[in-house]
Amino acid sequence: MTAGPDERDWLAVCQLADLVPERGAAALVRGEQVAVFRLLDGRLLAVANLDPFSGAHVMARGIVGTRGDIPTVASPMYKQIFDLRTGRCLEPLGKEPLHLATWPVRVADTVVMIGYPVRAASPGALVPT
Amino acid sequence: MAAPPQHLIVVGGGMVAQRLVEAMRDRDTAGAWRVTVLAEEPRAPYDRVALTSYFSGRDPEDLSMGSPALWDDPLVTLVRGTPVVELDRAARTVRTADGRTWAYDQLVLATGSSAARPPIEGSDLPGVFVYRTIDDVAALRGWVEEQAARWNRPVRGAVLGGGLLGLEAAGALQALGTAATVLQRGTHLMSAQVDLGGGEALRRLINALGVAVRVNTSTVRMRANRRGHIGRLDFADGGRLGVDVVVVATGVTPRDELARSAGLAIGARGGVVVDDTCRTDDPHVWAAGEVACLGGECIGLVAPGYAMAEVVVDRLLGGAAVFPGADTATKLKLSGVDVASFGDAFATTPGALELVHSDPVAGVYTKLVLSDDARTLLGGVLVGDASAYSELRPMVGRALTGDPSAYLLPAGTTGRVESSGGDLPDDATVCSCNNVTAGTVRAAVTEHECLDVAGVKACTRAGTSCGSCVPLVKKLVVAELTKAGVSVSNALCEHFAVSRAQLFDIVRVTGLRTFSEIIATRGAVVGGRGCDICKPVVASILASLDDGHVLEGERATLQDTNDHVMANLQKDGSYSVVPRIPGGEVTPDGLLAIGQVAKDFALYTKITGGQRIDMFGARLEQLPEIWRRLVDAGFESGQAYGKSLRTVKSCVGSTWCRFGVQDAVGLAVELELRYRGLRSPHKIKLGVSGCARECAEARGKDVGIVATDRGWNLYVGGNGGFTPRHAVLLAEDLDTATLIRTIDRYLMYYIRTADRLQRTAPWMEEVEGGIDGVRAVVLDDTLGIAADLDAAMARHVDVYEDEWAATLADPEKLRRFASFVNAPTTPDPSLAYVPERGQVRPATAAERADTSVLVAGTTLAVRS
Repeated sequence: MTAGPDERDWLAVCQLADLVPERGAAALVRGEQVAVFRLLDGRLLAVANLDPFSGAHVMARGIVGTRGDIPTVASPMYKQIFDLRTGRCLEPLGKEPLHLATWPVRVADTVVMIGYPVRAASPGALVPT
Repeated sequence: MAAPPQHLIVVGGGMVAQRLVEAMRDRDTAGAWRVTVLAEEPRAPYDRVALTSYFSGRDPEDLSMGSPALWDDPLVTLVRGTPVVELDRAARTVRTADGRTWAYDQLVLATGSSAARPPIEGSDLPGVFVYRTIDDVAALRGWVEEQAARWNRPVRGAVLGGGLLGLEAAGALQALGTAATVLQRGTHLMSAQVDLGGGEALRRLINALGVAVRVNTSTVRMRANRRGHIGRLDFADGGRLGVDVVVVATGVTPRDELARSAGLAIGARGGVVVDDTCRTDDPHVWAAGEVACLGGECIGLVAPGYAMAEVVVDRLLGGAAVFPGADTATKLKLSGVDVASFGDAFATTPGALELVHSDPVAGVYTKLVLSDDARTLLGGVLVGDASAYSELRPMVGRALTGDPSAYLLPAGTTGRVESSGGDLPDDATVCSCNNVTAGTVRAAVTEHECLDVAGVKACTRAGTSCGSCVPLVKKLVVAELTKAGVSVSNALCEHFAVSRAQLFDIVRVTGLRTFSEIIATRGAVVGGRGCDICKPVVASILASLDDGHVLEGERATLQDTNDHVMANLQKDGSYSVVPRIPGGEVTPDGLLAIGQVAKDFALYTKITGGQRIDMFGARLEQLPEIWRRLVDAGFESGQAYGKSLRTVKSCVGSTWCRFGVQDAVGLAVELELRYRGLRSPHKIKLGVSGCARECAEARGKDVGIVATDRGWNLYVGGNGGFTPRHAVLLAEDLDTATLIRTIDRYLMYYIRTADRLQRTAPWMEEVEGGIDGVRAVVLDDTLGIAADLDAAMARHVDVYEDEWAATLADPEKLRRFASFVNAPTTPDPSLAYVPERGQVRPATAAERADTSVLVAGTTLAVRS
């Protein structure tokens, strides 16, 4: 059910200047909470704000970092580590791994936009492996 | 026909004299010697070691030793109640108190010791006893019975001295029905025989008998009651203890007065100097037992005294025996308390290894001291379970067969292997959240090939919940890896190859002041951007070294969410708010202001353990408004969210309390205002008590201050939490200025050198020299860094500003409190609450499913 980029609705969430490098921001998009991150190299990434381990919507408040070359965010609740690009949990800390949904992000002029599949009300959940 | 026997006189009628006579009669089959024992006490030698049993068996005859027939031997004369008052070596005679003169061919001084009476005012009051002879014990017994009849309450007894004899005396007092307290000057009980860990375990066992123990206590005065009897003890820390009877068991003094007046050589600390044949510098005079100073010391134990008696007899009979060296092994004889110490119990042998098993729950502390190759037994301490004593003591100096740790296991356990270095048995729970034992952690390394803490956490789940055990897990993992020959890194994380303390020094010395600079120049991997471990560490280090706001520029990105929004994250993603209430002192208007804020924002309100008020359920976007109200009411950030100073707890002190001797609240407020906002490796708490009753529980704090009538006693390294620890005395009777300077240095030294998330108690275990090392650094400036530490703290005090007031004044910083970047004031729609006991709490998953029970969702009316 994953649609190509061309078939997405691009929804504006904020100005690029609203995003602090290496810190997340929560956005409310179509009733859902999305955590948007701006990396130091300019990359923009979006994952679910819902921390699957705690059930609280806090991922945007996690510490951004790297593991090897992978950009990561640590849940501020129990410190599980996620790959910001794929949402995959890299460090489940002894729990069953749970992953984060992701969305594509792009900038038009200075406006940050999140891509939603045209026909889907919500993004496809990442399939746990 | 045989020559007439020579005359041997033994001065003193104690246990050593008895053994000497026995040995002589055993071996002198030719009858070459006749022996006269001149005894001061009115009875035959008795078992002084078993004196305490006099309380269970009333008859002194129960203490008699050996065969009474010994004294009926025609070659043996026992003269009781006849102290010797003069020794004339030229004439080879002694004179007794009854005026008689006795000629000798050879003389043995076996006068033993007398109980030392410390030079404390009032130590001669009626009701103060020593514990040395049957007469002492009988008098003590009579006194206690008299007191019991006089008072309509239990008799209160105290024992000065927490050594072997003191504990036995305490047991005796308790057997007589008194409420006994043992007062020990030093840090722990039986300090001559057992180490601190053993002393602590012993204290618990003694407590379990119903005997109170007060360590680090020196008695400065004994006071009389109205009858002129002992009534009260005053301690150096300002404490007092009401007593009806006191036993002094602080040590013994060799009875060397005869030898002194006869001009024999006397040891530096008393005692008649003898060589290893027990002979004095007079070829006709010998000494044995506690009065003999051999190799520079007198030994207050019976076994070496017996050995000396044997040597003297052998020499008198023409033999060549020499004193074999003292076996100082001791075993406490107190029912219900098993203590043994033997060999090199304090591991003074160079390279000695200590193998420790400690189980506070079972009341067992056992330690073996081994040679540097972990093979040869050098000594040990057994507290709570000395069943291995008899087996181990003969093994001193020999290689133990099998795993030495097997000897430390409690009787009845099998198959467990104790790792050297770790002091936890395998079945001890390390992570109580997930019920993971030390053995499981060790097995993760040895069997599941986990090579770091992260691997062990993933494998065992230890440390994955509250995280408080992670330092302990790390220690176990490091110990296992070291044992397996794997080189262990102290790297902070994958981004920094150095420890926190090293990183602190790097930042301090290089003057680097941004994370980007630090990781670019000192990072372990190219292009790395840190993680949730190193970023908060760097943020904390920068906070300690630099003036800037914790949310200034790039520094804001380093903070965990608590520091990032200056509130405490709760389980549902809301926060709690704690205004600072210095020393727990708050005005009624302050309380009303807090109450009004809590009411207006519908916050769940609870009093904290640190004497302040926590308000829960504040949403991210509400925090600035809540704080604007609190700041307007005169409050400032309590830093409850930070690894920083939390609170200075205090009792009400001398301003109100009938018993207080110093102004505890005043000092607590001063200290809290001095150290507020101070970032540190872990949270730190202080406590101030206004008298020795210690109502502020200051000794459970990182820095605990207890008032004395002469100033303040300073305790450090107390921790609550996962591994509770009492603070230990750093310095006594400090004036306020010296106290504050010492705390300044202590805290700064900790901040500079502790590991990440390492609290003060484990830090003090690892810091060079332990408490003595810390004392040397902060009081004697042995590292020459005191001025630097002072300057660092002065700077902190100087640049402090309230983080919340500064944030409210800065629109840029306030932007981070938007709930959503595209809807800054819209509440998180997932938050839901239910009522409980008149307030709210987060709804459970089941309650969320049933929306009819929710009362306080996002629609809660809020006054704005």
